[in-house]
Amino acid sequence: MSDFLRIEGLEASIDDNGSPKPILKGIDLVIPAGEVHAIMGPNGSGKSTLSYVLAGREDYEVTGGSVSFKGQDLLAMEPEERAAAGVFLAFQAPVELPGVNNANFLRTAVNAVRRARGEEEYDAVQFLKAARTKAKALSMPEDLLKRNVNVGFSGGEKKRNEVLQMAMLNPSLAILDETDSGLDIDALRIVAEGVNALRSPSFSALVITHHQRLLDYLVPDKVHVMARGRILRTGGPELAHQLEAEGYASFLAEAA
Amino acid sequence: MNALAPSAAGRDNAARFVAEYQGKRGRLGDLAARDAAGDWLSRHGLPRRTEEAFKYTDLRPLWERDRPAEPSGAGFAPALLDSLFERAGLDRDWPRLVFVNGQLDAALSSTQSGGFAGVGGDTPDHAVVALNTMLAEDGASLHVPAGTDAGRLVIVSLCGPGTDAHLRHRVVLERGAKLSLIEIASGEGSYAGTVVSEITVREEAALEHVRLQQDAADAVSLSHVRATVAERASYDGFNLALGAAVARHEVRARLEGSYGIVHVNGAQLLGGTQVADLTSAIVHAAPHTSSRQTVKNVLTGRARGVFQGKILVNRIAQKTDGYQMNQALLLSEEAEIDAKPELEIFADDVKCSHGATAGALDEEQMFYLRSRGVPRAEARAILVRAFLEDAFDLVADEPVRALLEQATEGWWDGADALGAS
Repeated sequence: MSDFLRIEGLEASIDDNGSPKPILKGIDLVIPAGEVHAIMGPNGSGKSTLSYVLAGREDYEVTGGSVSFKGQDLLAMEPEERAAAGVFLAFQAPVELPGVNNANFLRTAVNAVRRARGEEEYDAVQFLKAARTKAKALSMPEDLLKRNVNVGFSGGEKKRNEVLQMAMLNPSLAILDETDSGLDIDALRIVAEGVNALRSPSFSALVITHHQRLLDYLVPDKVHVMARGRILRTGGPELAHQLEAEGYASFLAEAA
Repeated sequence: MNALAPSAAGRDNAARFVAEYQGKRGRLGDLAARDAAGDWLSRHGLPRRTEEAFKYTDLRPLWERDRPAEPSGAGFAPALLDSLFERAGLDRDWPRLVFVNGQLDAALSSTQSGGFAGVGGDTPDHAVVALNTMLAEDGASLHVPAGTDAGRLVIVSLCGPGTDAHLRHRVVLERGAKLSLIEIASGEGSYAGTVVSEITVREEAALEHVRLQQDAADAVSLSHVRATVAERASYDGFNLALGAAVARHEVRARLEGSYGIVHVNGAQLLGGTQVADLTSAIVHAAPHTSSRQTVKNVLTGRARGVFQGKILVNRIAQKTDGYQMNQALLLSEEAEIDAKPELEIFADDVKCSHGATAGALDEEQMFYLRSRGVPRAEARAILVRAFLEDAFDLVADEPVRALLEQATEGWWDGADALGAS
């Protein structure tokens, strides 16, 4: 399955006061099964847009190109269908859901996905056992499960909650949108371990980050440099170190 | 109907109700009060939208709907009551009084009240009350002795096609008494119901009054609560409006003793062309009294929610604490909320606030849920439930709160058909 995720010529724009503003200007990217790829790039390069478009957010309009995921036309699927198919987006800014209990939310999500995948739903006991075990592995205080989703969570707690959801939903493609931002070094290591625990020949990840730091713990197979809506360069993990040392300027100059 | 040239019946929209009264007057009591109410209605008619108090709520279906020559009997009632037990989760063990088409049905009831307390009393000043005074033939009379916790009591009102039902309840809690009163209104077909509850909560007594209105889709449902609340006593009301074509729940409460408390909370979940109106008038007539109102509306299709809340603080009522919040979640383009807070304050050391919000579902929250695999309809239900939660949380009696929550679950089955998008 070399073309586990195949993005070809992807173009997308967002509505900017009535006129479309192009953000993605022809992205080509292939992630084979079992690989972890990183995307690095300056602010405004379109990294988050790419993650939202892959997850199915409706306020972006895809104006060109295609995305196939396990042979399916990903762009034709509803967000919940993408989740069932195995796509998971860890949000850069996890959304607060006042009045929605975190454990209930997680169980609803897990069972919706299990149902869609033809798997048996968890009962309350099975679910709590699984959730507690995984929360503990992420060093999450147990009361986070009892609170409202992300409400009053610290930045680090929100990110861990994303990784907990990921672990419970068991995706085959995880997209991590700056999951490292706002994390101290211990939290960073815990989050990276959470992702590493999922690594297998049938799990791929697209890791969006500003910093090479996360990639020390979550070593990528490939690193892509993205700017101005395009992938400018692709290389191995050493590319991240080069970026950290030299900055984006030389890549941007190259592309101009 | 021709708006430009009203028919004779249109000008005298109470005529057929007054005629009904004349037809049965011979077998009724409290004739002085009923005659006065009939006169008042003949002179004033039933309220139209030109009246400020009914500006947002059109009661025309009350007098314009067709009534069959032969209204239904009570045959529908046992099955409907069963569905309240089976589907709504009403506890069979809670003592209940069941009224069918405006009459007590002893066979379906599991307890007794003090019997009908009549309709006598003050001079008419309100159309719904006057209509009820003129026509009500039955109702519950509840008296909780001093210091007694009477637990829960359910009053169920069931109406069948083509009927009009008028109930008059009288509830008195003596000093230090407690009662959790649950009122359920339901029915089948097209009918009109009025219920007037006259409530007296004496010193240090506490009444929780939860009303679940799931009347039939073609019904007109009017309820009116008049409560007086004494020193350190509380009237804690919650109205959940789910049914009826046109519904109005009106609470007029008077805080007569210091440290008294009135809550007029509620939720209105409406679709199609439903209209539901929660109107309150709370008079703070003693110092250190407080009133709280949290009302949530979830509206789909072309439904309309109305909230009118009036707080009157008398000069003597220093240290009054009044709070009013009305929020609406609009699930369709054409749904509408009308909110009218009114504060009249004659004391100078009071704390009164009111607020209103209206908005659609949060797109970010929807996307977040769907990105976790939760289908659109389920995601919407989760967010609506979350929106309602802080209103339902105000229902202190937990099994009663669960009953309300289960009733809203059923609402979802109909909401899509009613045009949620």
